[in-house]
Amino acid sequence: MLKAFYHLLVRDLRLAMRNRHELINPLIFFVLVVSLFPLAITPTPDALQAMAPGVIWVSALLAVLLSLDRIFKLDYEDGSLDQLMLSPNPLMILVLAKVFAHWLLTGLPLVIIAPLLGMFMSLPAEAITVLIYSLLLGTPVLSLVGAIGVSLTVAVNRGGVLLSLIILPLYIPILIFGANAVDVAMHGSSVKGQLLFLGAMLALSLSLAPLATAVALRITAAR
Amino acid sequence: MWNWIQRFSSPKHFYSMSVPLIKWLSISALLIGLYGLYLGLFVAPTDYQQGESYRIIFIHVPAAWMSLFVYMVMAISSGIGIIWQIRLADMVAAASAPIGASFAFLALVTGSLWGKPMWGAYWVWDARLTSELILLFLYLGYMALQSAIDDQRSADKASGLLAIVGVVNIPIIHYSVEWWNTLHQGATVTKFDTPSMHIDMLIPLLLMALAFKLFYATIVLMRTRNEALYRDRNRRWVRELVEKL
Amino acid sequence: MNWSEFFNMGGYAFYVWSSYALALVIILANIVSPLMQRKKVIKRIKRTLKREQLEREQL
Repeated sequence: MLKAFYHLLVRDLRLAMRNRHELINPLIFFVLVVSLFPLAITPTPDALQAMAPGVIWVSALLAVLLSLDRIFKLDYEDGSLDQLMLSPNPLMILVLAKVFAHWLLTGLPLVIIAPLLGMFMSLPAEAITVLIYSLLLGTPVLSLVGAIGVSLTVAVNRGGVLLSLIILPLYIPILIFGANAVDVAMHGSSVKGQLLFLGAMLALSLSLAPLATAVALRITAAR
Repeated sequence: MWNWIQRFSSPKHFYSMSVPLIKWLSISALLIGLYGLYLGLFVAPTDYQQGESYRIIFIHVPAAWMSLFVYMVMAISSGIGIIWQIRLADMVAAASAPIGASFAFLALVTGSLWGKPMWGAYWVWDARLTSELILLFLYLGYMALQSAIDDQRSADKASGLLAIVGVVNIPIIHYSVEWWNTLHQGATVTKFDTPSMHIDMLIPLLLMALAFKLFYATIVLMRTRNEALYRDRNRRWVRELVEKL
Repeated sequence: MNWSEFFNMGGYAFYVWSSYALALVIILANIVSPLMQRKKVIKRIKRTLKREQLEREQL
């Protein structure tokens, strides 16, 4: 079982490495969207600071949303998704491997580049640290919950807007607590509660989302 | 037992069974609703803080309760449909969505009409209004997914799963929105909270809520009948029935 | 209480009555929509039945 998990993970990572430009697209998107805000509103540090947590978190969320397709789309198109479902290993484990690969390829790079954006938005150092923690805990949840949505819409033509319609409402709690953690850290208060909530969401979605995704994949494959 | 459930939940059986149900449900919804309206508009005293404007509560709160209730019904019957493969449950879920969405919309608009005299603005990011808005989004997502998939069976299953995921998320969303709201709007006391309500206001409110639920039951039966006809259009019972009409 | 006072709703007439009017509209729409839906479904099934009958007669 662990072996299957490992093999699928390595396979997905390798496949992604073959077209690297697709890998950095969400990253570029993330940086681009965040830099639009100073241009659209005002470049004064005070104003930037006030909106930075929200802007960075919303942009990260949209970047993940845009890349969600990657979890299952190709596998669905070339038929390897059906193969996965025939495998004797529990589908949940395989789903978990695919989601983990997705997070390593999009969520983690977003976390790594976030300090740069924090500097763009003139966030103080302690807020940047919390930004990293909150993204580290929050982006896996985005991938896990997003996987449910992708597995439901992967067979729908032009399912992109549909996917955001069904997934964005479910992202709201993560957005609220993630952005608030950064905001609170900026004002020097304790962010333990917010990070604990994000951690709890991670634990919850880690245990439930793969199950829902597995059911959703079987529904999609049954047509 | 199992056979009995199977037989009882067959669309054909449901179709004939539902006729008297619809009749009695609609009559009781109408009577209770009219009595509730009478009590709410004529008997209930004027609120000493909000004046007459509080009478919107008799629409707003039942609509909000109902939109949440209908989502629960949708999720539960979707679960029954997915686990036990009972087609009738899928039909009930699909038939519920537009009703629930329309009442979520009603709750939002009446909330904003109530907010204008109370807060001085049509829209304030109050915790309840925000949660209701997100609930409306959940409904719209469900309906969009349902209509995007051509194959009826997998459309039911897919949107049903989404409803279940949504129901798991509703308490989390509600809690986080409430928490977010206390942080940012400590100054605005939520006006929709009426902790100690006059009994003459509470009774019409509960009557209206009951009438709304009975109304939902009536309409969902009517819609489910249509779904049954449409989905079974190639089966004998529908053909024989339609020929007689 | 007289009627004009009642309709005035203590100055909140617009807010109260638009709420009740919208409720009425939504309730009516919820009643009309399944009735129309039913008509449409039955019409469609009837059309199919008729077409099949014609095909049978042609054979």
